[in-house]
Amino acid sequence: MIELKGVRKSYGSFEVLKGISASVEKGEVVCIIGPSGSGKSTILRCINGLESYNSGDILVEGQRVDRDARSIISIRTQVSMVFQRFNLFPHRTVLENVIEGPVFVKKEPRREAIERARLLLAQVGLAEKADAYPPQLSGGQQQRVAIARALAMQPKAILFDEPTSALDPELVGEVLGVMRKLADDGMTMVVVTHEMGFAKEVADRVLFIDGGVIVEQGPSKDVLNQPQHARTQDFLRRVLHPL
Amino acid sequence: MQAFLRDAAEFLPILLEGVRLTILVTIGSLILSTLLGLVWAMMRVSSIKAISQTSAGIINVIRGIPIIVQLFYIYFVMPDLGVSLTALQAAIIGLGIAYSAYQAENFRAGIEAIDKGQIEAAQSIGMGWWMTMRRVVLPQAVRLVLPPYGNTMIMMLKDSSQASTITVAELALQGKLIASSTFKNTSVFTLVALLYLVMSIPLILFVRHFEKKGSRP
Ligand SMILES: Nc1ncnc2c1ncn2[C@@H]1O[C@H](COP(=O)(O)OP(=O)(O)OP(=O)(O)O)[C@@H](O)[C@H]1O
Ligand SMILES: [Mg+2]
Repeated sequence: MIELKGVRKSYGSFEVLKGISASVEKGEVVCIIGPSGSGKSTILRCINGLESYNSGDILVEGQRVDRDARSIISIRTQVSMVFQRFNLFPHRTVLENVIEGPVFVKKEPRREAIERARLLLAQVGLAEKADAYPPQLSGGQQQRVAIARALAMQPKAILFDEPTSALDPELVGEVLGVMRKLADDGMTMVVVTHEMGFAKEVADRVLFIDGGVIVEQGPSKDVLNQPQHARTQDFLRRVLHPL
Repeated sequence: MQAFLRDAAEFLPILLEGVRLTILVTIGSLILSTLLGLVWAMMRVSSIKAISQTSAGIINVIRGIPIIVQLFYIYFVMPDLGVSLTALQAAIIGLGIAYSAYQAENFRAGIEAIDKGQIEAAQSIGMGWWMTMRRVVLPQAVRLVLPPYGNTMIMMLKDSSQASTITVAELALQGKLIASSTFKNTSVFTLVALLYLVMSIPLILFVRHFEKKGSRP
């Protein structure tokens, strides 16, 4: 459902992605891991057109992602994104955040959108926060609202860019819990994360990126338990045993 | 004091006619400068170079020419080009254009202060440029922009007196005319100053209100 073929991307003379080829099937959960600056966020941002890419192809359900084409709007309504720093709209209530896309982009009737938003908020455990404003919520709560906002678009896939990295450690679990439930329900997910436990237990496949190339990929247990590449082994050792 | 009150009773009706024009010029040019300023500001933050540079050029030209010269241009030169305006219209347009540059810089600062993540979040749910502006960026920018906007309003109120240079008989000119025909300079100009002050006070309170509000999270 998402396909990358030889994707290259440079910032000026600095090549961030050096020919990325990968695919994500419907219902699959793929985790992207790798050191800081390796290009993980850039991959996600290219998939939903927040960044352009220089060459290669990215296809979403067979449709080519082109940041400057009108079709990008329809691609973005099919592929939602959850950000490291939540990026909720602080001037709107939780409920308004969730219905914003359905009502104003997809032009759904407001009543229906509100009904669904309340179900989604209940699903992420925040039914009683519907009328709160995002700054009044904890980081974990904000991220769960952001997930509900992504789900409200009824997307075919959701991209997560380090969804728990900005959270206090004790709040990480509640967000990962919601994500695990989504995975169990069959949502297609691409997750950039440093949470190796999540990758091992929830992901079907793991991609290890370093220096803009996919160094190693495969079923999550294989890559994480028996990494083949020296660079993967080295990275995992540093993540799992930082001291 | 009694003399002053007698003068006040005599001159106030004429001065209030000036006040009416002052308010008209201020509100008219405020609306025009706000609309134009918004246009310049949104062009200025465009990712398309040609658009943002055009806007930067316009802003610099406007800022680089004294308001009074802009007024002369619109009132005295435009008729030669086949566009004749009443003095009042010329004053509103001239001040509106002159102040649009300052409004634009203020609006731009407000827009640019909005976290880039907000724009990305808006785009990621499929919003186009205009909807992102209208639903996400501008509503948040308004809070940042309001206190300086209030200050601009106060300056515009006072600068509306420049309309007198193209014969608009607003408060300052009205005062000058009365003073020069009655020689009661003290009474007349005290009244004029007080009237400006009375008009400024609501604006000053407006600024204070939003500065307090803005300092809260
Ligand atoms: N707008 C930009 N201009 C120039 N360089 C950029 C820009 N955005 C990212 N980069 C560079 O591209 C490289 C890859 O960035 P990216 O954000 O994809 O890394 P990442 O793998 O997500 O890292 P992290 O784990 O720190 O989030 C980095 O070296 C970064 O400095
Ligand atoms: Mg990143």
